[in-house]
Amino acid sequence: MKQSFQVDERGYYGEFGGAFIPEMLYPNVEELRSRYLDIIAEPAFKKEYDDLLRDFVGRPTPLFKAERLSAKYNTNIYFKREDLCHTGAHKVNNTVGQILVAKRLGKNKIVAETGAGQHGVATATVCALMGMECIVYMGAIDIERQAPNVARMRMLGAQVVAAQSGSKTLKDATNEAMRHWINNPVDTHYIIGSVVGPHPYPDMVARFQSVISEEIRSQLLEKEGRDYPDYVIACVGGGSNAAGAFYHFLDEPRTQLIAAEAAGKGINSGHSAATTFLGKPGVLHGSKSLLMQTADGQVIEPYSISAGLDYPGIGPMHANLSLTGRARFFGVTDVEALDAAVECSVMEGIIPALETAHALAVFDKLQAKPDEVIVVNLSGRGDKDLSTYQQHLKLND
Amino acid sequence: MTKMNRITQLFVKATEPILNVYATAGYPNFGDTLTVLHALQEGGVDIIEIGMPYSDPVADGETIQQSNQVSLDQGMTVAHLFEQLKAMRQTITVPVLLMGYINPVLQFGVEAFCKKCAEVGIDGVILPDLPMAEYESEYQAIFEQYGLYNIFLITPQTTDARIAQVDANSKGFIYMVSSASTTGAKTGISDIQETYFKRINGMNLKNPRLIGFGISDRASFVKASESAAGAIIGSAFVKLLGQTQNLHADIVGFVQSIKGKK
Repeated sequence: MKQSFQVDERGYYGEFGGAFIPEMLYPNVEELRSRYLDIIAEPAFKKEYDDLLRDFVGRPTPLFKAERLSAKYNTNIYFKREDLCHTGAHKVNNTVGQILVAKRLGKNKIVAETGAGQHGVATATVCALMGMECIVYMGAIDIERQAPNVARMRMLGAQVVAAQSGSKTLKDATNEAMRHWINNPVDTHYIIGSVVGPHPYPDMVARFQSVISEEIRSQLLEKEGRDYPDYVIACVGGGSNAAGAFYHFLDEPRTQLIAAEAAGKGINSGHSAATTFLGKPGVLHGSKSLLMQTADGQVIEPYSISAGLDYPGIGPMHANLSLTGRARFFGVTDVEALDAAVECSVMEGIIPALETAHALAVFDKLQAKPDEVIVVNLSGRGDKDLSTYQQHLKLND
Repeated sequence: MTKMNRITQLFVKATEPILNVYATAGYPNFGDTLTVLHALQEGGVDIIEIGMPYSDPVADGETIQQSNQVSLDQGMTVAHLFEQLKAMRQTITVPVLLMGYINPVLQFGVEAFCKKCAEVGIDGVILPDLPMAEYESEYQAIFEQYGLYNIFLITPQTTDARIAQVDANSKGFIYMVSSASTTGAKTGISDIQETYFKRINGMNLKNPRLIGFGISDRASFVKASESAAGAIIGSAFVKLLGQTQNLHADIVGFVQSIKGKK
């Protein structure tokens, strides 16, 4: 039997996935599970989704040849410019799709979690577009380190609520969003921002992000005369941009899938978020996946300089890609990510998001050949990270 | 297992509403678990539910979350809890349940966990994030081998078809969540909830029900007990544990006041 890296009918990727949710969430998740495939296959849905991606988000995003970096690393490096999406990152591909699903489910309120604030902004944006009420939970620590995105959400009319429990970052914001959904099950849809959560979320989010690899295929055919790269590189926290960039290459053996995780101050430093290196199988936020945890099964607070990668789990699809060896995972430290951010800025004129910078830090490690083609998913722009860059790179001294 | 599970025995012989009280293990202090159990029993509680603390308890509101964190910070683990409960059955005669989340159980090992439960005299388990389908395919055989009841939850949004399924798979009782909420989020019983209780009562289920979430005092306990075999108190009791200066006496007093014995 051919190995599949897609979700199976039980909602599993290999041994990972499922829907480990309290009964209070069951009716909502079950309604979504039984209807999402039909909804997104409707011609009217597809048309509305495609039109919004084109006219509101600005798709297709360009595939840009990074000439100077290509010369430096003696290979061919392309950037998939998700940073040029409306709101500044790939996150909006998913929120546009999910809000259209929410409408068809008869929901009029939206709740979301956010780490770096990109998913929160993308959610607040589509809620404004559709006239829906929007509540975003964000870790109290992230609210401090991502102030510009908090302001953007509020300007878009969203209510931003600080998650004060636990580590006060993305994991806790997700807990709070789930609790909010438990308390408001009838009129509210939960827009999860990554390929995590109970089935069908990982698959649904991956499908909405798969437009990234769909476009890479046709754009590469035009530029290189073939519709697959030798490498696709993406950063992984929960893993939504990686899921989208990998999606149409999952079963393409000529393409190596490369995932960059946040190693923080070093994989074994005790200050890291490199889940595939440090995690064991466990259940968090409704699915079984790899999870950073104690021997007693308590979730370990992760660390990364990047709020978007600061997550103790990883999407079940990626856990399976890691376990099966289909994707190669690299741990990238804060320092390596900062260096890569500078390199991309001064050599290509693009300031990347800190999350994205992790994906830009692995060229050295790949040893790609001169005739090979690398596509990096440039998942977001760095405007939101300027204060971190200012502080660490001493830009104002 | 030839002897009848204590939970079944209780429901067979109960003549008045059943009171189930939840207490976080190792709270307020690491060594308080058994003290709390003894005081609950002395006060006249019918079932005790011991919370195994977890770092990410999504079905719980602020009060229980916070007690979980305090307990974890004091070093509580599943293994420590079993150690504390080792001699429990020398003194505790009421049914005892463990309530918690699936991940610590998975890490302990499902079979090892069930075996320990049987050894120390645990009668049942409540794991809100273990879905019914998963339980049936992966866990049920092991639970039954060790005579352990798995208690399922239903909510106002649970469909009749699924309630029937829950009833078929349940032993002991069904945990009837009173409203769409996390624990401790809402208090009291409204008319809408009574309609829901009536609907369930009209279904002629084979298992008795206990109503939980929003039950905090004598009045809400009595009200809930009109529509079910009894009720479950969690957050209100944990709040007391967090504030009391006189653990034993206050617990006894709390239980007696809920049961109307004072």
